[in-house]
Amino acid sequence: MSHPDAMTDSDAAPTTVWREEVSLIDRVPRSVAMILLLIGFLLVWQAAYSFELISKIIMPSPWETAVDIAFVGQNLLTGGYMLGALWTTTLEVVEGFLIAVLIGFLFGLLVGETAFGERAVMPYLVAINAMPKVAFAPLFVSWLGFGIASKVALAAFIAVFPVIVGTAAGLHAADENARMLFRTMGSSRWQTLVKLKLPIGMPHFFSGLKNATVLVVVGAVVGEFLGGGKGFGELIRVAASQLNTPRVFCLIIYLSFLGLGLYWIVTVIQHRFVFWHRETVLQGEIGA
Amino acid sequence: MNETAVKAVEPAGLGGRPVYELHGVSKTFVRRNVHALDRIDLTLAEGSFTAVIGSSGCGKSTLLKIMAGLLPPSDGSVYLSGKPVMGPRRDIGMMFQQATLFPWRTAIENVVLPIEVRDGKQAAAAAHEQAYKLLDLVGLNGFELVYPSELSGGMAQRVAICRMLINEPTVLLLDEPFSALDELTRDFMNMELQRICMQRDATVLLVTHSIAEAVILSDLVYVMSQRPGRFEEAVKIDLPRPRSLDMMSDPHFGELVNRIRSHLDKGAFL
Repeated sequence: MSHPDAMTDSDAAPTTVWREEVSLIDRVPRSVAMILLLIGFLLVWQAAYSFELISKIIMPSPWETAVDIAFVGQNLLTGGYMLGALWTTTLEVVEGFLIAVLIGFLFGLLVGETAFGERAVMPYLVAINAMPKVAFAPLFVSWLGFGIASKVALAAFIAVFPVIVGTAAGLHAADENARMLFRTMGSSRWQTLVKLKLPIGMPHFFSGLKNATVLVVVGAVVGEFLGGGKGFGELIRVAASQLNTPRVFCLIIYLSFLGLGLYWIVTVIQHRFVFWHRETVLQGEIGA
Repeated sequence: MNETAVKAVEPAGLGGRPVYELHGVSKTFVRRNVHALDRIDLTLAEGSFTAVIGSSGCGKSTLLKIMAGLLPPSDGSVYLSGKPVMGPRRDIGMMFQQATLFPWRTAIENVVLPIEVRDGKQAAAAAHEQAYKLLDLVGLNGFELVYPSELSGGMAQRVAICRMLINEPTVLLLDEPFSALDELTRDFMNMELQRICMQRDATVLLVTHSIAEAVILSDLVYVMSQRPGRFEEAVKIDLPRPRSLDMMSDPHFGELVNRIRSHLDKGAFL
């Protein structure tokens, strides 16, 4: 057994311990990096305002916007008229989302599980998806009126496609071996669907849902732009027409919480149901 | 050459009642214009371990699928326990290169899956005791409630073995079951497989491209030619049971390996 001192002998090779270089910018902690980026953005904004790169009439300062955010926040918390508008838009978003999930899942089943759906229905879905769906808004208004229904319909219409794609992709996710294994067990089509294809497709299904949460808000707001009503989209339209740009910014920020909230709810449900999926679990660790 | 090949396949004179009987099984994939199997005759005696060896693409997996009732043959007949195989059957246990465990089910839930599919959830719950015994048999005591993501490749394959055995199948069809594992684990798993098969007096057909694996496990090795696949020769392995890994250095083991290799080489590069 060699003595540790042997390492210091002149004929022994020197150790080759070395460090991997990590550049400075990659060592900044996440929270610090995010705050720095926000400060940088606000500085650029303030500079653009101060030097009048854009007319002050249509470009508010960060401070004006912050004051308005506080004002709107107060209005929402004290049950002002804006809370009613937010509630209207929330209803449109939630109803549109639920309809999109239901219809998207059924169409996804049709397309993903049956040869008829895949061959005959899918081409039409692809064609409809390629259309600028927002352009259907006037049609929905004339069919369903200026009430909430036309906004729900447009929101659902725009959000349904990622759900269809996610469901159909999920149904194709089971590999050849897994299908063969189920066949050797004498599994019926229904059993293979319920015990193999649906569970294994859950990650795809949920990524479709997450895309839908973003699109459904787009649909509801565009519906309000074009069809009036009492929601947040209408408030934005009015504020913009009055050149009240701080208000527009501020309403958009509050609206984004709506989309984020829905996204968060879907993520929580996903973690309960798809606890076994590696990427899902990793995402959870990052998010925590 | 054809005549002698057919004759060479005859000495399948192993004792025991025939379990599986294949007569003149051929398979042509019309759409791809591939002649995959050509007049395969095969009899598996009860309690015997048989291997089919051939290079990739020779049709050995096709043969296995036909035997399992997953593919219809183009010609010929397949009988299991005297009844024709006309579709998947519950008295057949099958295992693939990948363990194919379902990650949302614990090890024991994966094992009882065939029962759940066949007889419903209640029967599956009732089979848990049996599943515990099987997991114990393959040395997975204490891992019953673990999810597959926490199992190593070898452990996952052992769970797959238990899932195959839970239905108490008459015959086991193994499609390169351990070829995705590293060599050390594979040798070990092969010995485990032998132990389990001997304990249960199982009738097994193994499809593999490893000569050593085929020789160390089998009573009889069929050498399969290149496409269209047909049996070139049947080599009887007269090594004593139970086999052990040291037998691989036995000169007789080397002779058998060489004999099989010479048959494989003949058609390999045509």
